[in-house]
Amino acid sequence: MALTRGFSGRHRAARDSRLPPGQYDAGMNWPVLHAESTPTIDTARWSFEIDGLVDKPVRWNWDEIHALPASRYEGAIHCVTTWSKFGMRFDGVSVDTLLDAAGVRDDATFALARSHTGYTTNLRLEDLTDGKAWVVWDVNGAPLTDIHGGPARLLVPHLYFWKSAKWVSGLTLLAEDQQGFWEVRGYHDRGDPWLEQRYQGD
Amino acid sequence: MAVGQVTGICQETPTAKTFTLMLPEPCSFWAGQHVVVRLTAPDGYRAQRSYSIASAPSNAAELDLTVEILQGGEVSGFLNEAVEVGDTLDVRGPIGGHFAWDLKPALGVGGGSGVVPLMSMLRHARKLGEPDLFRLVVSVRGPEDLYYSTEVQGPDTSIVFTRSVPDGHARQPGRLTARDLATTLDGDRDVYVCGSTAFCDAATQLAAAAGVPAERIRVERFGFSG
Repeated sequence: MALTRGFSGRHRAARDSRLPPGQYDAGMNWPVLHAESTPTIDTARWSFEIDGLVDKPVRWNWDEIHALPASRYEGAIHCVTTWSKFGMRFDGVSVDTLLDAAGVRDDATFALARSHTGYTTNLRLEDLTDGKAWVVWDVNGAPLTDIHGGPARLLVPHLYFWKSAKWVSGLTLLAEDQQGFWEVRGYHDRGDPWLEQRYQGD
Repeated sequence: MAVGQVTGICQETPTAKTFTLMLPEPCSFWAGQHVVVRLTAPDGYRAQRSYSIASAPSNAAELDLTVEILQGGEVSGFLNEAVEVGDTLDVRGPIGGHFAWDLKPALGVGGGSGVVPLMSMLRHARKLGEPDLFRLVVSVRGPEDLYYSTEVQGPDTSIVFTRSVPDGHARQPGRLTARDLATTLDGDRDVYVCGSTAFCDAATQLAAAAGVPAERIRVERFGFSG
């Protein structure tokens, strides 16, 4: 790999072992990156559905999903644009709870998450199960704002944050991987920040 | 990953420089795409950031990247202070398709450094000899903040100054308004918005209020990523 003349990274902070390679700590800031206009979605019209390779597709409205057992994530998030944030607290429901209600068929291996805006992103089913993924509506004790994907977004914090679809509207379970919005545009299918899987081929 | 040699450096504004890179072979891209510049230290430490391409697509192996120099920016600071003509930089790309211009009639609305990918589109349209294909509205604080200050001017562009205006400029300083877009939104144009999050949200709301359907508005938000 070619060295960059004169570059020593002298501005780097003492390396925080919680930071995946190539990431920096955004501190108090929470940068916003998405490709569409920021929508405002009325919770009265909001819904979330699981379909595809399931025993029966299930759809929840805002009140119904809130009636499910609550689940919390506390920890870090990592964006492919190189910022990470620590000490985040998200409240919502575990994706395990949602999948159990629909009944995952044996041939389901992948999922395509979709948003009320038409955004999509692909995930391996095993990245959504066993307490690794949530649908969340509160962050640090307050409702998610529009720009951060409110009223509810997917949260898959062990992967780069574009996998945590804002304004999430559903998951379709699939037998084969189907790329989403960023993935067809050159971003990685899995997006593990610790393996620095930013782009296709990483 | 390709190695680009810096063949030119141009100070666009007090806080922005354009780097011209010569690649080993011509690089095909769409106006609106970006590349990743990666710096590598002797101990293997790396830092990388995305920068929009400012030049028009061409058959040449050269491309221009305009870099906003951010205070404390690890990569932009290094590019600003240390990189000279003749140096080489690792670049990867082009990346990003959602903001790539498909040559359909469009209006670009850029705030500050958000003009960079839109400049690639403007240059492309002019090069094709079809200036009607792409119109540009740029919003900047004052004349000293305008990138490509001479080249960007023309019947196909309008400049909105929010704080201070040059002598003889008819429009009073002030934020982008529906009127600034109305004169340009003639008929069916897709809208490409690029800038800070606040700017993008304001501009997309104006475009939506002017009747542009949401699916015809594409947005590229420039976060501070150093």
